[in-house]
Amino acid sequence: MPKPMNMNHSQPLSTHLDLANPQNLKAYQSTGGHEGFTNALKMQPQEVQQQVTDSKLKGRGGAGFSTGMKWSFVPMGEQAPKNKYLVCNADEMEPGTFKDRWLMEGSPHLLIEGMMIAAYAIGANVAYIFLRGEYRLCATRLQQAIDEAQAAGLLGNNINGSHFSLQLHLHTSAGRYICGEETALINALEGKRANPRAKPPFPQVVGLFGRPTIVNNCETLCNLPCILKNGAQWYTQLSSGGDTGSKIYGISGRVKNAGLWERPMGTTAGEILTLAGGMQNGLTLRGWLPGGASTDFLLPEHLDVPMEYDAIAKAGSRMGTGLIIALDDRHCPVGMILNLLQFFAQESCGWCTPCRDGLPWAVEILTRIEVGQGSQDDIDALQKLCSFMWLGKTFCALAPGAVEPLRSGMKYFADDFQQHIDHKGCPHRH
Amino acid sequence: MSNPIPIMQIDPLAQPRVDYRGYLSKKEITAIEHECALYESRPAAAIDALQIVQGERRWISDESLYAIADMLGMSAAELEGIATFYNLIYRQPVGEHVIHLCNSISCWLHDFKIIADHLRKSLNIEFGQTTSDGKVTLLPNVCLGCCDKAPALMLDGDLVENLDIASIDKLLKELSGGKDA
Repeated sequence: MPKPMNMNHSQPLSTHLDLANPQNLKAYQSTGGHEGFTNALKMQPQEVQQQVTDSKLKGRGGAGFSTGMKWSFVPMGEQAPKNKYLVCNADEMEPGTFKDRWLMEGSPHLLIEGMMIAAYAIGANVAYIFLRGEYRLCATRLQQAIDEAQAAGLLGNNINGSHFSLQLHLHTSAGRYICGEETALINALEGKRANPRAKPPFPQVVGLFGRPTIVNNCETLCNLPCILKNGAQWYTQLSSGGDTGSKIYGISGRVKNAGLWERPMGTTAGEILTLAGGMQNGLTLRGWLPGGASTDFLLPEHLDVPMEYDAIAKAGSRMGTGLIIALDDRHCPVGMILNLLQFFAQESCGWCTPCRDGLPWAVEILTRIEVGQGSQDDIDALQKLCSFMWLGKTFCALAPGAVEPLRSGMKYFADDFQQHIDHKGCPHRH
Repeated sequence: MSNPIPIMQIDPLAQPRVDYRGYLSKKEITAIEHECALYESRPAAAIDALQIVQGERRWISDESLYAIADMLGMSAAELEGIATFYNLIYRQPVGEHVIHLCNSISCWLHDFKIIADHLRKSLNIEFGQTTSDGKVTLLPNVCLGCCDKAPALMLDGDLVENLDIASIDKLLKELSGGKDA
C-alpha cells in the first residue's frame, strides 16, 4: 500500500545543510548543533549506547545492521583496552551513490558531532574519517571544520571540561572500492594493501592496529546528533513503517531531476521518482536498483514497496544505500548489467579466486552476448557463475554484491538476453 | 645425496634502496612526518606519503617509491603493492593535466561513451595515454559520486559535471591555452 506523502516530516540530517556555504561552528551551534553531544556528555557511555539501541538506528552504509548492537560488542569498562578507535567510513564508491558527499560538503559539523557522540559512546579517543580521494571539496570543508572544532576546544583533551578526549583526523584514500569494506578499510588505514580480513575476530574486538574499532558509515554517524538531542522515542516516531528515523534518498538515471531528498524511512521508490519529476519525456521506467550497483533489480510494479530494509528484502532486493538507479526503456538491460559487472571486475581486490576469476569471466560472457555472439550455453554459464560467486563462497561481499544485479537482471530481462542471442545483436542499437 | 637441489638465497637487503634524506625535499619530509604522527605505525602513512610526493612530482617514480619506503621503514615491494592498488596514484608519468572520466552506471545511462569517444578523438589518444605534447592524460574512473549531474569527469581533482560535446570542446580549448584544440 502506498503511504501518503508526509509533508510535515522533520529533516534532522539536512536541517543544517548548505552546499554553497556550509555553516561554520558558530552558525551550527546557534541552530541547535552540539546539543546532542552536550546531552551525551551528561550520560554514561553505556547510556548513550542504550539510547542509540532504543532508537533502532540501522547502519546506512548498505548492510542495515543495528548500530547499537554493533557498538555493544566493544569491550567497555575498567578492564577494556585503553586504546580504541572510531572510523567514519566515507569511502563512498558504490556506483549511483552520492549521499555522503552531500552531507559532508553541506554539513561538515554534523558529521563531526556524530563522531564525537559515537567516540564517547564506545570510549574511543582517536577517530579517523576515511574519505575517498576523489572528494576534494569534502576534504577541504571537513578539515576546516575539524580545525574550527579543535580551536574551540570541542576536539582535543578534556572536552568541555570533561574526562573525555578525542583526536579526530582526516585520512584521504586514493580510490579503490574495496576500501569501503570495513576490514579492508582497516588494512588500508594501517598502510597495508586493502584486502578484506577474515572474521572473526571482528573489528569491535580486534580492529585498527589490533585495538577495538568501530567503523560506521558517514550517514549513520550524522543520525546520532538528533537522536541524542531529541531522544530515541522521538527518533522512532519520525517514520511510520518498520524501520526508524530519517533517510537520505535519491535517484539517478534518465529521470527529469535527479537528486537527493531527506524523507522518513519507508518512503516508497514511487514517491522518490515523483520528487524527481518522473522519467524524462518519452522514456518509460523498465527497472530500478534500490540502493546502488550491488543490489538486485526491481520492476515498476515494486514502486509501491516502502524503501526500508525488510520490505525491500521481501520484494527480492536490498535497500543498500537507498539511492535508486533507474533503467529506462531506451537503454539495454544487458548493457547495463555489463557496465555494472565491469565495475566489480575492476574493483575486485583479487584476494579470492571466485571473485578474481569469476567477475572477468562474467564480463567476457556478457560482452559476447551484448555484441551478438552469445549462445544458450552462455546463459547457463552465467547462471553457474552466479552460484559460484554467491555468499559463503567468497572472502567478502563484493562478488555476491555483483551477482545481485546479474541474477535478478537475468530473471527480469530474460527476453532481452534471449533477443540478443536469437537476433545476434543488441536490439537497442539501431 | 649427491645432487642436492640448490636453495635460492634471497638477500633481504639486496633490494634497491634510496636514502630518503637525500631524495625527498624538506617540504615533503615535513608533510610525511606530520602524517606519520597521526598513526600508531609509520607504514600507515603510506597513502598519504604517496599523495604528498605525487603532489610535488606529479607521479611516483621507482626512486620516489624507494625513498618513501625507506622513510616509512617498509619494504619497497609492500609499498608497490599499495601504490599500484589505487586509481589515483600514478606509477607512470602523467601529463600537465589529468582527466578522469567517470564510466560507471549513472554516467553510462547518460551515454558517457559519446563523451569518451569525443575526448579520445579530440586528444588523439586512448584511455591510459598522454598527448604527445605532454599536456593531457586521459584516464577512466569509477563512479565519481555526482550521479545527479551525469556525465561527469574530474580534471586535476576538480569536478566538471553535466558534460556534453560543447562543454568538452570548451574545456579542451582552455587546457590548450585558449588556442583551438
